[in-house]
Amino acid sequence: MSSSYAVLTTIIILLVLFLYLSWVFVSIKVVDKEQKGETTERRDFLFTASYALGAVGVGVVVWPLIDQMNPDASVKALATTEVDISKIGLGKTITVLWRGKPVFIRRRTQEEISKAKNVQLEELKDPQKDEDRVKKPEWLIMTGVCTHLGCVPLGDKGDFGGWFCPCHGSHYDTSGRIRKGPAPTNLEIPKYEFVDNNTIKIG
Amino acid sequence: MSEEKYVPKSKLGQWFDSRLPLLTLAHHINDYPTPKNLNYWWTFGGILTFFLIVQIITGLVLAMHYVAHADLAFGSVEHIMRDVNYGWLIRYLHANGSSMFFLAVYIHIFRALFYGSYKAPREMIWIIGMLIYMLMMATAFMGYVLPWGQMSFWAATVITNLFSAIPLVGESITTWLWGGYAVGSPTLTRFFSLHYLMPFLIFGLVILHIWALHIPGNNNPVGIDIKQLSKETVPFHPYIIIKDLYALLIFLIIFSGFVFFVPNVLGHPDNYIEANPMITPTHIVPEWYLLPFYAILRSIPDKLGGVVVMFAAVFILMFLPWLDTSKVRSAVFRPLYKIFFWILVIDVIVLGYIGAKPPEGMYLIIGRIATIYYFVHFILIMPILGFKEKTKPLPLSISDPVLGDEDKLSSEKTMNNR
Repeated sequence: MSSSYAVLTTIIILLVLFLYLSWVFVSIKVVDKEQKGETTERRDFLFTASYALGAVGVGVVVWPLIDQMNPDASVKALATTEVDISKIGLGKTITVLWRGKPVFIRRRTQEEISKAKNVQLEELKDPQKDEDRVKKPEWLIMTGVCTHLGCVPLGDKGDFGGWFCPCHGSHYDTSGRIRKGPAPTNLEIPKYEFVDNNTIKIG
Repeated sequence: MSEEKYVPKSKLGQWFDSRLPLLTLAHHINDYPTPKNLNYWWTFGGILTFFLIVQIITGLVLAMHYVAHADLAFGSVEHIMRDVNYGWLIRYLHANGSSMFFLAVYIHIFRALFYGSYKAPREMIWIIGMLIYMLMMATAFMGYVLPWGQMSFWAATVITNLFSAIPLVGESITTWLWGGYAVGSPTLTRFFSLHYLMPFLIFGLVILHIWALHIPGNNNPVGIDIKQLSKETVPFHPYIIIKDLYALLIFLIIFSGFVFFVPNVLGHPDNYIEANPMITPTHIVPEWYLLPFYAILRSIPDKLGGVVVMFAAVFILMFLPWLDTSKVRSAVFRPLYKIFFWILVIDVIVLGYIGAKPPEGMYLIIGRIATIYYFVHFILIMPILGFKEKTKPLPLSISDPVLGDEDKLSSEKTMNNR
């Protein structure tokens, strides 16, 4: 990463140097020709080339200043979390932190599962089958972040027996799908896998 | 405004001023001709400058004790409150100072709306003022995040999530703003850095704002141009300075009332609970000065739509000089606009009230009506009124309402005395 950046910067500096020397060279010629009453388009080309290269040069210099704000290596290093789910009772939810965000792990009751499965897709704002949102129907694992403006929805609340966001009034069903309110999409499903029957790995 | 060319008296002064004309500048400010009929609504510019300086000085001092780190920030604020000498005072001055700053800026803006101060030739003053207002909101928001209480954390989450509404790149932008996958320590440190920077940007814009003001000179309650400098203006020093100081002292009494007797009344008690990314407080509300825009955001039942309309509510003010088609500046001579002005004031207060209430039932309906009216005022009423309204005759000079025919101009006079 750092070596490719150095190469790129060096190339641009060399190009600028080359353009500058061409400028000097062409200017002498142009002055000659203008004195003889001739015109040339070589200067126009040099103008365009200089502006284009200048823009690229500014971009190369500014990019590190922008990119430094993106997640750093230490933040990215916390990419996975393992959770022991053996102690979660039926109809209970635990919340764990993964990459700074809460993740809901809910052991759904049979009633909740059938309720989620029986919904017609036409009724949904963001149509998605319940089967596509779970790996095992009993376990619903999703990011506990409202897709509207990022608050944490409250469990066992709302008009659809699922989650309710207190900030701006979004209702989610027992599959975490948006049913009512300003949120545009269903609660997100993070990448996860069952390590064994009692452990899941998120991320 | 034309002034005689100033030449310093002393030889040293002349030597200095010909190299760096600071003395000319001081002389200009000193003698700056100001309309003699300015009322107390015109004192808020000075009050605002004072509060900007208060915020910069108290902020500078707070930064000597504050620690910008997710694990330490909340504790360091309590450390300021309990351990640092006069820390409680400095923090309460800074926190309540921001509220006073916004109170003054809202009065300042509504004064401009009433007297048409944004109209030609003062459009640049208005536009720079609006840029200052937007920077103020950004600065206040980031400052509110720094104590790292529950309200800080969730305000940061909700406001940064506004950008996730942008199609395609929204998610990358929020991740970039956070420096992570949620609001966290990297977010806090960059907010601290920007919160420190922005007041200086505001300071720079304030200089441009005043510079742009000094080109055409002040508007005035009658809203007509100055005809005779010598008869209709007074020098800034001492007349306006002493009037501004008096108004400032009255304002400082209110400020002191907040700081010493109810320092937390404008804040939210939940912000004395440390930030917890697992639990959102049941009622999250922004600071009072952002409530009208928050109400507009929530009145739209669509995520992207709400964000767009909220930003539009701020940006539309920029175009006000061209949306208002009336040639008459002051509302004193615009009987219909005067009514619509007060309806707008009420509308904004209603939006503020709705912004503090949960978004359901009647509150939602009222919020929607008030939001629609807000835009109708600027997009429809302002342009149409300029053509339809029959304005009252303007006086010949700004002295006229005071010295001229008493009966004819009695209504204007009451307005001027407000």
